[in-house]
Amino acid sequence: MKAIKFSRNPLLSERLPLWRRRLVLGVLLAGFTVLVGRSLYLQGINNEFLGDKGRARFERVIDISATRGRITDRHGDVVAVSTPVRSIWAIPEDTKLTPSQSRDLAQMLDMDVRELNRKLASERDFAYVKRQLPPELADRITALQLPGLRQKNEYRRYYPSGEVMAHILGFTGVDDAGQEGIELAFNTQLTGKPGSRRIIKDRRGNVVEDVESISQPVEGKDIVLSMDSKIQFIAYTYLRKAIEEHRAKAGGIVVLDARSGEVLALVNMPTYNPNNRVKLVGAQLRNRALTDTFEPGSTMKPFAAALALEKGKARFNTPIQTAPGKLTIGTATISDAHPHGVLTVAQVIQKSSNVGISKLALSMTPAEMWEMFDALGFGTTLKLGFPGEVSGRLRPAKTWKPIEQATMAYGHGISVTLMQLARAYQAFARDGDLTPLSLTRLDMPPAIGKQVFSTQTAREVRAMLELAVLPGGTAPKAQVPGYRAAGKTGTAHKLEGGAYANKYVASFVGFAPVSDPRLIIAIMVDEPSNGKHYGGDVAAPVFSQVMGESLRTLGVESDAPQKPLQVANAAPVKEEM
Amino acid sequence: MARLNLILLFIVVACALSAVSANHRARKLFTELEGEQKRMRDLEVEWGQLQLEQSTWAAHVRVEKIARERLGMHPPAAGQMISAESAARK
Repeated sequence: MKAIKFSRNPLLSERLPLWRRRLVLGVLLAGFTVLVGRSLYLQGINNEFLGDKGRARFERVIDISATRGRITDRHGDVVAVSTPVRSIWAIPEDTKLTPSQSRDLAQMLDMDVRELNRKLASERDFAYVKRQLPPELADRITALQLPGLRQKNEYRRYYPSGEVMAHILGFTGVDDAGQEGIELAFNTQLTGKPGSRRIIKDRRGNVVEDVESISQPVEGKDIVLSMDSKIQFIAYTYLRKAIEEHRAKAGGIVVLDARSGEVLALVNMPTYNPNNRVKLVGAQLRNRALTDTFEPGSTMKPFAAALALEKGKARFNTPIQTAPGKLTIGTATISDAHPHGVLTVAQVIQKSSNVGISKLALSMTPAEMWEMFDALGFGTTLKLGFPGEVSGRLRPAKTWKPIEQATMAYGHGISVTLMQLARAYQAFARDGDLTPLSLTRLDMPPAIGKQVFSTQTAREVRAMLELAVLPGGTAPKAQVPGYRAAGKTGTAHKLEGGAYANKYVASFVGFAPVSDPRLIIAIMVDEPSNGKHYGGDVAAPVFSQVMGESLRTLGVESDAPQKPLQVANAAPVKEEM
Repeated sequence: MARLNLILLFIVVACALSAVSANHRARKLFTELEGEQKRMRDLEVEWGQLQLEQSTWAAHVRVEKIARERLGMHPPAAGQMISAESAARK
């Protein structure tokens, strides 16, 4: 075939119709217009969709966890801290393990193989295999590379002081939120707020760019308690000893700083280990010092005496006839088991005479007594913010019968918490005023509190309470070697079903050193049942030991010679009930 | 004219390259910062664990037990104590 040059192609001489050219041009133009329009639409007007798709491929939102704050004692020793742990969870459907894999895993997790298999056979999409494992163990499990097993970071709370501080601290649940005690009371401060931020990750999962911070994490605040862990330990040791020795059902002790109103120690028995709460029963959980009330018995006597001094009804040495040891009011009779004859007001407190204090109480009006009890904080909660704190029972003065007014003077027909009782003694340990109590360390404690008694009255009652602790009083065993101590015993029958049972609550409240009181200690022992049940025998020795060691721990200068207790040379005076 | 264009082109290319390298450096520094922050968090966790360990070793229960049993210590009797200040006064 002979080649024809393109330029001489006969077809070229044939002119195409104009419409065909226009048609092709038009179609091409229309095509470009659609393309430009679409790209304008995607890039300019509706650019969200593709932008999101793109970001979804390289941007990630990561959570920044916030740890729960630590709790420390007043010296900064950690008493509660959260550390990271890991929980292993599985998507049961994806987890197909060979028998040897299950065996290895079960052994590492310290679990029964059957239990593990049961968990992995669950119908649900999500099953915890084991929660709160130490990170090292969790890393070893990751190394096994088992299919379908995932890990999640969590926190676990540890309490290095264990059962010594259990009641005051409380504990957190498995999700690290407070459930009891300080952990619950200060939960909002302790809990941090997790934050999150948007980042760009590269192919290997490294963060290459910080796009924006969505919300800043807020770390949980640390709480500094007013507690002194050493005094707490001293209180714990001696209370536990006393409870065991007297085979008591329960007990509590509170140590207050008389100057600042800070709570230095609070122990309840029975207690529990907050790090291992598997076998926990309700009785162990109760913070008796704050959430249980009891009839305080004779520890209330100094208040009635103080009011009598305050109102000018009696003086330190005013004689009161307590013979023949019986006082009949209406149909009821108040009696002293050991009649004393004529006693001064100071001796009424020293020897704890029911008749004497009843006579003093009846010289005042119910309204006057009610006002004093109210001012001392009885019948109202202390507003410590502690969960479950109760107010106790103080009936309105209008409903008091004379016999009730008399019994209230020696602590029956009124119920209080141990903490309320300890705080009320602040009025004697200080010069007649009361400060609010605090569970956290105060940098600026209030210098002067609310005045309840005059300075003069407070000093005189202090002297009476010191007599009660010396030989000839009800509590010579409460003497503290090296320090002048003062205090009052209480021994009360327990109310059971509306009647007084043959069970007792032995108590002691006191303070030292008398020349400049620093500590107030209140002790309550519930149902001592090993032969002794008097406050002077059961609670007073605990006071002596705890007070002595605590004052030495604080380095308080002694105000009495260091000599052994004088107990044997005087027959102990049994208090009245 | 052509010469000016050439110079401008050169400047534009140089700017573009420096922008790329600046961005790269920023990312590298950021990764480093990220690593340091992770180290900070890890150290904080470790500090918490060490504090926990310290409180556990220094627990009063343990100290008292060791003092009594291993070191044979006991609290002094009432007559054995002399306060430093009262001794100084004599």
